[in-house]
Amino acid sequence: MLPKIRFRDPQIEMAHGAGGKASRRLVEGLFAPLLFGSSTEPLGDAAFLSLNGTSIAITADSFVVKPLRFNGGSIGELAVNGTVNDLAVSGARAQALVVTYVLESGLPTEILEAEVRAMAGAAERAGVRIAGGDTKVVEHGKADRMYITTAGIGLPIPGVTLSAASVRAGDKVLLSGPIGDHGITILLARGELDLEADLCSDTRSVLPLVEALARVAAPGIRWMRDPTRGGVATSLNELARDSGLGVVLNEETIPIRDAVRGACELLGLDPLHIANEGQFLAIVAAEHAEAALQALIESPGGSGAKIIGEISQQPAGTVLGATSYGGTRVIDMLVGDPLPRIC
Amino acid sequence: MKFVDEFREPGVIGKAAEEIRRLADPAKHYRFMEVCGGHTHAIYRFGLKDLLPSNIELVHGPGCPVCVLPMGRIDDGLSMAQDPNVIFTAFGDMMRVPGTHGSPLEHKARGMDIRIVYSPTDALKLAQKNPDRHVMFFAIGFETTAPSTALILMRAKELGLSNFSVFCNHVTIIPAIRAILDSPDMRIHAFVGPGHVSTVIGCRPYEWIAKNEGKPIVISGFEPVDVLQSIVMILRQLKAGEAKVENQYTRVVPWEGSKAALRAMAEVFELRPYFEWRGMGFISQSALKIRDGYAQWDSEQRFQIPGVRVTDPKAAQCGEVLKGVLKPAQCKLFGKECTPEKPVGALMVSSEGSCAAYYSYEHRKASALTSIGAPV
Repeated sequence: MLPKIRFRDPQIEMAHGAGGKASRRLVEGLFAPLLFGSSTEPLGDAAFLSLNGTSIAITADSFVVKPLRFNGGSIGELAVNGTVNDLAVSGARAQALVVTYVLESGLPTEILEAEVRAMAGAAERAGVRIAGGDTKVVEHGKADRMYITTAGIGLPIPGVTLSAASVRAGDKVLLSGPIGDHGITILLARGELDLEADLCSDTRSVLPLVEALARVAAPGIRWMRDPTRGGVATSLNELARDSGLGVVLNEETIPIRDAVRGACELLGLDPLHIANEGQFLAIVAAEHAEAALQALIESPGGSGAKIIGEISQQPAGTVLGATSYGGTRVIDMLVGDPLPRIC
Repeated sequence: MKFVDEFREPGVIGKAAEEIRRLADPAKHYRFMEVCGGHTHAIYRFGLKDLLPSNIELVHGPGCPVCVLPMGRIDDGLSMAQDPNVIFTAFGDMMRVPGTHGSPLEHKARGMDIRIVYSPTDALKLAQKNPDRHVMFFAIGFETTAPSTALILMRAKELGLSNFSVFCNHVTIIPAIRAILDSPDMRIHAFVGPGHVSTVIGCRPYEWIAKNEGKPIVISGFEPVDVLQSIVMILRQLKAGEAKVENQYTRVVPWEGSKAALRAMAEVFELRPYFEWRGMGFISQSALKIRDGYAQWDSEQRFQIPGVRVTDPKAAQCGEVLKGVLKPAQCKLFGKECTPEKPVGALMVSSEGSCAAYYSYEHRKASALTSIGAPV
């Protein structure tokens, strides 16, 4: 039987790569039916395969960030941490990466060298080996300086089994630290806004925090995700949809730095839609939640962790934000690229 | 965060909500129009409707510049961008507004040079950086954004910059309010007045609403405490049997407005005899045109513009929603053919459009709240 293609958009637009609804439509409507066959498993950050009786996690990610360097990091670091994190939040410890560079002819060697060094440093910090790769060069003007793709394999973290289907009403929503730092840093680094803020990308490997969580609460961890493009709102909407449950966030407990809030207020963006590169969300059974939170807070880089909400039976498939004064709102996935409002 | 947190303080919000419940006469049904799209957004974003008694109904007004722009003007703007020598610039809000053959964003994906700018100054700088290309700025907005467009036109003239022009779609708020009050199906008891527009025009231009129409109007800020306090002020007026213009947003809005901004507008713009508003038809003297002294920088005078007139899709009820006759969800297309991702009408595009705000924040909420046993 021919697979059913549901993707009907006539052309590819930026929104298809922004991580929100359009991206999901593309993956589920075109890629999944043609490439992943009849598998109906919700799509995660990494896939688990059983090879000769050994379970292995595999993932890949491409990096096209502009500018290449920004406060707190660069494309090379992102390329390592992004793939390590996709494995970590899938419950796997990265073992090895391979890397592909697509370079634009005319790229100064010193820029390439800086990024290769950045990758080496990030790989060493993350404890992962870079085992090989490939290089392609395209004509000048056909790529924006350089693109990097990394693919990684990992081995399961013992005792951790994750799925949206295992999430239950009453489970807690844990967030590892303040959100929006990366997305806003990049937006400001583009220099189009004439805004300045003392802000750094949060790019880092979250594996140490995931492992700290697993040590105290492994059986209670149901689901994890690193809220990159599309932000926390998009990740949690995916969870709500895949699990058929509701997510109720207490908006006042969500950690957001003032500089990020300020920029979002000015530009009319919602911090919950802004990308992160060094944070993760974990759904943890209520009885493990306090221990899990403590373990994060006591780990290096985890002091900003918070419980930001709870899973509820209803409203099914929906993320709801609640405030202490009694107002509530539906928090939707990101639509398109976040666009600033004008007045 | 300073200037924000104090206006979102739960204790103060609770007190204001309590005062509203105390002042509202349970035997009456109140319909207040928030004129400005920024207020609509804030009302949904902060769930303020949840705090109001059920007999206070908020009706969304016409104060969303993207939403009131007819599709023909978008087609006109995009027709200029067909010229490969032209760089089309606009605010981000404009990018997903559908024209007959797609939005600016879709035209960009097909290879047209269409760029988002965050301020008209950025468009001007782009023209300076690209002397071989013509930079066109698609200007939209009420009196809030018109002064900055006026200033860059003055600057362009000063510099003698020949490769820059403005496609002017600026509109003015007062005629729109008048059109709404003149509409026979309209029963509004009071207005939550525009905040940032009033920074420019001040509070006097609203006096006729109070004096001639007998409706209270309170110029309001955009934080939860601002909006609730404005409703308190309206209820106090109604209770006392008064109709006045009051200014809740005193930290930003001077009573007399901004003389400098008004001067810049008067230098560069004159009123158009009439202008088409989406869903509301032609409204006389409701929009701004670039004066002849600046003709060289007026896209409409420099380019051949088709002057497209496109009727809105029949099934879309943008006009009724825009005038507050229908709630967004009562439109036949709402949430089906028309979503923020694939908007049919402009109200679904801007985060300040009542349909988009309703869709993002309120849609599904009623059923969601019922399902968790909360009062709706």
